[in-house]
Amino acid sequence: MLKYNTRSTSIRKFLYIAPFMALLFIFAYYPLYGWVYAFFDYTPPIPLSDSPFVGLQWFRSLVENQVKVDQLLQVIKNTFGMSGLTLLFSWLPMVFAIFLTEIKAVRFRKFIQTVTTLPNFISWVLVYSLAFSMFSSEGIVNGMLRQLGLTDAPILFLQSADHVWLTMWMWTTWKALGWSAILYIAAIMGIDDSLYEAAHVDGATRMQVIRHVVLPSMLPTYFVLLMLQIASFLNNGLEQYFVFQNAFNKDSIQVLDLYVYNLAMGGGSYSVSVAISMLKSLISVVLLFSVNGLSKMLRGESIV
Amino acid sequence: MSDNLAELVPDMAHQSRLDKKTSYKMSATDKFISVVIYTLFSLFALICVYPFYSIIINTISANDISARGDVVFFPKHIHFQNYIDVFKIPGLGNAALVSLGRTVIGTSLTVGASAFLGFMFSQEDMWARKFWYRFTVITMFFNAGIIPWYLTMRSLHLTNNFLAYVLPTIVAPFFIILVKTFVESTPKELQQAAAIDGAGVMTIFFRIMLPICKPILATVAIFAAVDQWNSFQDTLLLVTDNNLYSLQFILYNYINQASSLSTMVNLQNAGSTAMSSLSTKQTTTSIRMTVTIIVVAPILLIYPIFQRFFVKGIMIGAVKG
Repeated sequence: MLKYNTRSTSIRKFLYIAPFMALLFIFAYYPLYGWVYAFFDYTPPIPLSDSPFVGLQWFRSLVENQVKVDQLLQVIKNTFGMSGLTLLFSWLPMVFAIFLTEIKAVRFRKFIQTVTTLPNFISWVLVYSLAFSMFSSEGIVNGMLRQLGLTDAPILFLQSADHVWLTMWMWTTWKALGWSAILYIAAIMGIDDSLYEAAHVDGATRMQVIRHVVLPSMLPTYFVLLMLQIASFLNNGLEQYFVFQNAFNKDSIQVLDLYVYNLAMGGGSYSVSVAISMLKSLISVVLLFSVNGLSKMLRGESIV
Repeated sequence: MSDNLAELVPDMAHQSRLDKKTSYKMSATDKFISVVIYTLFSLFALICVYPFYSIIINTISANDISARGDVVFFPKHIHFQNYIDVFKIPGLGNAALVSLGRTVIGTSLTVGASAFLGFMFSQEDMWARKFWYRFTVITMFFNAGIIPWYLTMRSLHLTNNFLAYVLPTIVAPFFIILVKTFVESTPKELQQAAAIDGAGVMTIFFRIMLPICKPILATVAIFAAVDQWNSFQDTLLLVTDNNLYSLQFILYNYINQASSLSTMVNLQNAGSTAMSSLSTKQTTTSIRMTVTIIVVAPILLIYPIFQRFFVKGIMIGAVKG
């Protein structure tokens, strides 16, 4: 049917989306061109065209310059520490979903779900503002502790350099736990009723049902999400660490994303910063392909 | 018609099934487990809600009491002066307009583009469709990094430019996937019938698919609006012009410099006839908390309405995998 204009229709359909593809090219692909700054000695007022080409100098400095090496090692340690904590507790949303769906009182369950999902929808700046109101020296927690007579001087939670990885993980969990559980709740709702009935007939206890019926049916979802988390191991994001950063915790809060930001926007070392960014993106792509390959091998299905 | 199609979207109606699933005889251990579950969930829910509650009661309590951290469970000496005073801070009104503007304009553009592209990518006869779809989706999994991004945006003159808020988000791969999955779940005959009647692809999109896609577009609109409202990083990187500061950015600045602002508002009030009693005198805490509530209010207000949409949305995404 309508064969005579197939070719032109097909081209015309592409032309409709062409402007959008151009936009996507500008904002998602063209920034890759920014990587050329890594090969020049670029200092802001002087345009790139007048900056000297230095080849791999910045990349070499990352392994040769002792100060850089020490800084970078600390930053990598922080990145691994915080991403590692996230991976270590990646099962938490699954367990959250399992036990949430175990709650029989519908209203209570819906209330809990609504309330625990809310923090996902506020920005990191707002999280920081809440944290500041709770935990600063004149904050509510210190107020409570003082009223209870537990402390004489306020505890400086936010300025502390101790346990920064852990507190950052706790804020991430506070913000995202309820939201991340939704996928698993969806998976639980997809479980075939007959499985439950069979377990019931066999006289399974509640924990046995969870272990032998619910858990196995959630593992595919868990696996995919775990792979995606591994793929974004180096991408902690900037905002959370930027807003919580201060002079006291800087050493233990700087993850790669924050470090490249501080180097460039704070220190003006654009070229080095771009070099690190570039390495980070390349390693991330390799990670993504690796987990995708792993997924194909183990499940016969790619995740991307 | 559209009502029937809306049912294609899996939603929480399934939840009633859960009740059947969990009806076992309760042993003593089961009861103990129940108590533990209820307690833990209640505690976590409390931790999620209390920060919001506590800031709200602090902003309407006497400022001198609140500054000491003494408002913990209930407001003390309720007044609403803070909400009048914060708008005396120069720039706050403007920032609210910027945030509102980028949310309205940015969301409309993103929703329109996601609807159109989601629909177009379902058109199997489009030239090189697979290639362009991959070209789009793959951008979810890599990026050049923020500094290369900043440097190229600057070379495109998108610094200190309102367009930098709304242009980059127009083509949003995740939303496009959502819409495409939805379109593909509708009967093909709909489009075929219209095509036989002589409708062009644009007519099919505007007259047939757009009305059908309403439920999924509502979901996209909510996600996109929340993203726009919460956006902070683009202002941080690209904007130095005060007139383009968003509410989020201004809040971040206020947290770090609220003391000078409270002094300024108090000076303004002293100049007028307003009574500057201790309870309504602005403190660092009162300014910071009141601005926080103003920034979070839109989210808190629309949250009860939109939360039923995002459950649908994420589940369509989950089907896609």
